[in-house]
Amino acid sequence: MAWLDTILQGLLLGGLYALFATGLSLIFGVMRIVNLAHGDLSILAAFLAVVAVEALGWNPFLVLILVVPLMAAVGYALQMLVLNRLLGRGILPPILVTFGLSIIIQNALLETFSADSRRLNPGGIETASLSLGSGLAIGWFPFITLVVAVLILVGLQLVISRMSVGRAFRATSDDQETAELMGIDNRQLYGAAMALSLGIVAVAGVFLGIRTTFTFSSGPDRLLFAFEAVIIGGMGSLWGTLVGGALLGIAQTVGAKLSPGWGILTGHLVFLAVLLLRPHGLFARARRVA
Amino acid sequence: MEPAAVRIERTTPASRIGAVGAVLVLIVLLSLPAWGGPSTMRILVEFIALLVLAQMWNLLAGYAGLVSIGQQAYVGLGGYALIVLADDLGVNPFLAVPLAGLAAAAFALPTAAIVFRFHGGYFAVGTWAVAEVYRLLIANTPALGRGSGRTLKAVFPLARESRELTTYFLALAIGVAALGAVYAFLRSRYGLGLMAIRDSEPASETLGVDVFRTKLAVYVAVAFGTGLTGGLIYLNLLRISPDAGFSISWTAYTIFIVVIGGLGSLEGPLIGTALFFLVREFLSDYGAWYMILLGTLAVGVMLAYPQGLWGMLAERWDLRFFPVGRRVSVERVPSPCPSPQGREGGA
Amino acid sequence: MTLLSVRGLSAFYGSFQALFDVSLEAGEGETVAVIGANGAGKTTVLRTIAGVLPAPASAVRFDGAPVGGRSAHELVDRGVVLVPEGRRIFPSLSVEENLQVGAYRARSGRWTLARVYELFPVLGARRRQPGTNLSGGEQQMLAIGRGLMSNPRLLLVDEISLGLAPLVVQDLYRVVRTIAGEGTTTLVVDQNVSQILPLAQRVYCLRKGTVSLEGRPAELTRARIAAAYFGV
Repeated sequence: MAWLDTILQGLLLGGLYALFATGLSLIFGVMRIVNLAHGDLSILAAFLAVVAVEALGWNPFLVLILVVPLMAAVGYALQMLVLNRLLGRGILPPILVTFGLSIIIQNALLETFSADSRRLNPGGIETASLSLGSGLAIGWFPFITLVVAVLILVGLQLVISRMSVGRAFRATSDDQETAELMGIDNRQLYGAAMALSLGIVAVAGVFLGIRTTFTFSSGPDRLLFAFEAVIIGGMGSLWGTLVGGALLGIAQTVGAKLSPGWGILTGHLVFLAVLLLRPHGLFARARRVA
Repeated sequence: MEPAAVRIERTTPASRIGAVGAVLVLIVLLSLPAWGGPSTMRILVEFIALLVLAQMWNLLAGYAGLVSIGQQAYVGLGGYALIVLADDLGVNPFLAVPLAGLAAAAFALPTAAIVFRFHGGYFAVGTWAVAEVYRLLIANTPALGRGSGRTLKAVFPLARESRELTTYFLALAIGVAALGAVYAFLRSRYGLGLMAIRDSEPASETLGVDVFRTKLAVYVAVAFGTGLTGGLIYLNLLRISPDAGFSISWTAYTIFIVVIGGLGSLEGPLIGTALFFLVREFLSDYGAWYMILLGTLAVGVMLAYPQGLWGMLAERWDLRFFPVGRRVSVERVPSPCPSPQGREGGA
Repeated sequence: MTLLSVRGLSAFYGSFQALFDVSLEAGEGETVAVIGANGAGKTTVLRTIAGVLPAPASAVRFDGAPVGGRSAHELVDRGVVLVPEGRRIFPSLSVEENLQVGAYRARSGRWTLARVYELFPVLGARRRQPGTNLSGGEQQMLAIGRGLMSNPRLLLVDEISLGLAPLVVQDLYRVVRTIAGEGTTTLVVDQNVSQILPLAQRVYCLRKGTVSLEGRPAELTRARIAAAYFGV
């Protein structure tokens, strides 16, 4: 029974990882860029939430109303002012520039907020638990995180499959030049994609900050886990990232239970195993957008 | 028209100056222990270490097109290999440095088996994921000191002066050897193949360049160089921990150095390393600001001057101190007879 | 009234010159044929007009305004739409979605999804299938339909019959006739001369990047066209 509990915890953790993974996967699907600052941007969102909570006294959940649009705007600006200038220059510049941004953000956070670890306090729900019977209980907050992750995935799926901008994402991902012949301005579209990605990652960052403590250097690990969730689930599959996140989460919780220092390492090892045995992930599809 | 006489040249006036300059610098550096203090020697060891790391990363990313952000794996592996070889296996610590490089190269093979499944940005993250795996594995190994790391004890019997002196000369030897090896490699036909791969993989495949083998060879060779440097670094610092040895900062420093100095040239990393040390010296009182500045510089350079500082200078004044390319010089022999055809019409 | 005017256009791919001082015109409502052998520069001309390739501003005038060098998506807004060589159907989109993405700029006009399905019933029958599941001829219809969805004032069709069977090409030209009949100005590029000439009010023949012949098809003999096409 203790194992079932562990697995459940891992599953719920997967919800959070899926949130991180979705933003990363969307950008790669549409623009073929890996945003190495992805994790650091989520931590930036978490720190922004800290500032907002301290300034306004609001509940962290409420602060999302401010942080998510703000980060979406940051994403749009980042794409339009910086990343769009790198279009057509190959794979090297976006990697180097986003890596540089990652380092800049981390050090800027260090200078601004010091190395102290922070946490967002929503006033009790993070410790409340829901009993499932026969001695099993899950935390309310991890459950909410999973629900939010699923809702966001559903929303994103709807945007991609039903809305004009979603069709534009898929068309641009298929054939950027011909998409432009349809009247799609790829610069604006990429801006929209980045805004969407950072909006989602802001939710992920705030939820992370509620769930656990974080510091200026917590970003890179988020990127790693997001990446691993995408690879395990299979590139190009939106729902695959949910499964990938869940498997990663389970690997980590089971590993941690076996030996405290081995949680994250077990996740890495499962990732490597999937990579070696099923290089295209578990649900890879031809369709490439998220 | 008479056929033109064509010559292929490698050396230019600038490159001759460069060769002379390099020899002069080397003489100065060799004599340094006589007039410089131990702290100067230590800084130079650090300088050389970063320079070699940068040259290695430049070879990997700027020439082979493999953008790795996981090279810190080999710095850490090299450092730990040094300590294991010197302390646990009784190897002479100075000899252990090149052996540490070999150890790192050995780890590069299984690493490549994993990361070569990726390309582009995902390759970059993959290399970093593997570096993290190494870090965590070591951090969980009691024999390697777990999270607190280990100290190099094998050098304790030596007098501090002679240890520092030997470390310094070892560093010089490594610096010269590494630069020389990279230079020689790029001028060879393997180097030419590498530059062809950088310019166009499919095209170079059709010309008979074995792309996969070449990339793998470069990756392993660079791992050797990086591991060797890791050994040198920790021979200098004497103490290693997983967080320090496998810190992403190693990669951050080298990337900034190479990007700012100039990707894809030998001179670029030299300028970049010098700039890095200057910035660090001037901003040492301001904490993380020097990293913010370097990062911003790197991003700015990437946006505005992708060839870096050296690229800018080289283009302006047509300078090549370490020429790896070939120049075609054409001499037109004047023809005594006027050309019989008129201007070619159409296409 | 002249809708499209190209004057003195020279184009380069790197250091290779593909077009030498090309000039052509299309009047409003006209169907213009651009013929020539492989590599003559026909696709280059079309791509330049559509904004895919750079050009001096005054080299291309649309509706009186200089539009040379404007980006492709801007030109779609103005009503210049290119149906590209090789169809270039989006594999991730269904037939219907391919058509819908053609209407991204939401220009008003007579062409709607319903009308396109009227014109191409086979597309309606396979609307939910991936666009690339269609045969070559059907994909060309889809590509043309996609172009129509943006309600163009000038429709550019590049290599309309490339790789397609003669019967299919006949169908396609019937469609072009219908579209032209509605008053859309059309510029069609083809290597297949016999099918396109009866439809066009004006023909330009390109050879090695220059205009080797221009005029009204009725006034040109087979011999003259062949000479201009092949350069004999």
